[in-house]
Amino acid sequence: MGTLYEDIVAHGGEVFGEEHMETLRECVQCGKCTGSCPSGRNTALRTRKLFQMALVDLREEIFNAPELWFCSTCYTCYERCPKGVKTTDIIRTIRNLAAKEGHMSVPHRMIGVYVLKTGHAVPIGADQMKLREAVGLESQPPTTQKYKEQLEQVQTIFRTTGYDAMIDFDWDAMNLKGMEKKGGKK
Amino acid sequence: MTEESKTYAYFLGCITPNRYPGIEAGTKKILKEFGIETKEMMGASCCPAPGVFGSFDMHTWLPVAARNLTIAEEMDLEIVVTCNGCYGSLQEADHLLKEHPKLREKTNEILGKFGREFKGTTEVHHSIVVLHDVIGLDRLKEQIKKPMNDVNVAVHYGCHFLKPREVRGHGSSETPYILEDLMKVTGAKTPEYKDKLMCCGAGGGNRTADSVQSLEWMRQKLVSAIEAGCDCMVHPCAFCHLQLDRGQAEMEKAFGVFFNFPILFATQFLGLAMGLSQKELGLDNQTTTMPDKILK
Ligand code: SF4
Ligand code: SF4
Repeated sequence: MGTLYEDIVAHGGEVFGEEHMETLRECVQCGKCTGSCPSGRNTALRTRKLFQMALVDLREEIFNAPELWFCSTCYTCYERCPKGVKTTDIIRTIRNLAAKEGHMSVPHRMIGVYVLKTGHAVPIGADQMKLREAVGLESQPPTTQKYKEQLEQVQTIFRTTGYDAMIDFDWDAMNLKGMEKKGGKK
Repeated sequence: MTEESKTYAYFLGCITPNRYPGIEAGTKKILKEFGIETKEMMGASCCPAPGVFGSFDMHTWLPVAARNLTIAEEMDLEIVVTCNGCYGSLQEADHLLKEHPKLREKTNEILGKFGREFKGTTEVHHSIVVLHDVIGLDRLKEQIKKPMNDVNVAVHYGCHFLKPREVRGHGSSETPYILEDLMKVTGAKTPEYKDKLMCCGAGGGNRTADSVQSLEWMRQKLVSAIEAGCDCMVHPCAFCHLQLDRGQAEMEKAFGVFFNFPILFATQFLGLAMGLSQKELGLDNQTTTMPDKILK
């Protein structure tokens, strides 16, 4: 584990390229991101402040701030930043690092459970099958929820990357382990 | 019919087929009307949601998205979508894997475990862009049977349709035009409103993190559209549809007021103007109801 900045560049860099992540250093704290942010209008999220905190390595403070999860990834700040800071991708990377260290709420972990069980974050049920029939479609779409061997491919990906362990997934119960004990944080 | 008789792989995602199948049925019908066939992608999964899985673990997000891309590659078809989340996820994954050879190699190691390989032979398109650019406004106009002349539409783009611009390539995200063009074809007007470019509030796990707070963004957006004299909201995103439509029932619980401000996916609005019934488009089976002015 390096500084938060180094971890951002290393983790996000593997997907977006290191240069993309290194734009964080270009931030001049002008506040245009905060001024553009639909979340900041309503929540404690202050995008400019988040980047300042990241640059001075306030790792635990950032990871423990609920507002880290109030960004909708709308990319408004990304498009408007005058210094080309890749804001939204940096925020997503910070969240990845926070999640890896156990900062992930139960409802957020549950989204992973739905995908592990059906391949879908929003699976289909009997009522929705009727909705499909009402507009003349086949009652079940030909997706992973219908084909077990296709779903297994998605499950293999989750096992390989360790997403199942990250959310404490119990393969026997096909649910989260010990949900009651987990308050969402470590 | 030559250059237009094209077939796309239709990536359904989750919300379109599993919550708002009227979007799926309507989009397929309209595209077919113009000689465009859509084929479902057997075994496709969640895209997976870019702001959600991208926020939790981008190293899981990418191979799941890549796996979906390989299904279309095997069909030898380009992809069409009806959700900005799917668009965001699949187009971004396709872009990253085409740009970064090392990333592609690493991803293919995972996909190889079940005999798949990302080759980089497909493209990801939004159905609304296909309507605008491939079919074109002139041909659309010829099919308008019920003009929407007296209807004021609040256009809502959502986020990942336009942004990031470097991946999407639809011009400025501050002065977009695609939805306005499509609405004008029907005769409808598209008044400017204060929060036109604002996010619906659902993305990035925000809706899951705190639903009432996320509904408040949407409330502000709807109020600004209503104040500008709009009759309904039209958008290109199944996920926005879930928030904007079903969210109005949740808003009633949270804030004690039911706006019943009509929400339509772009092909649902065009479908009505082309003479399809609200039943065929699933508009009789959602939270918000359509006024006579729109149905006529
Ligand atoms: S807009 Fe860009 S430069 Fe200005 S504070 Fe935000 S990230 Fe930093
Ligand atoms: S991407 Fe996130 S931080 Fe940036 S403006 Fe949108 S909600 Fe705010």
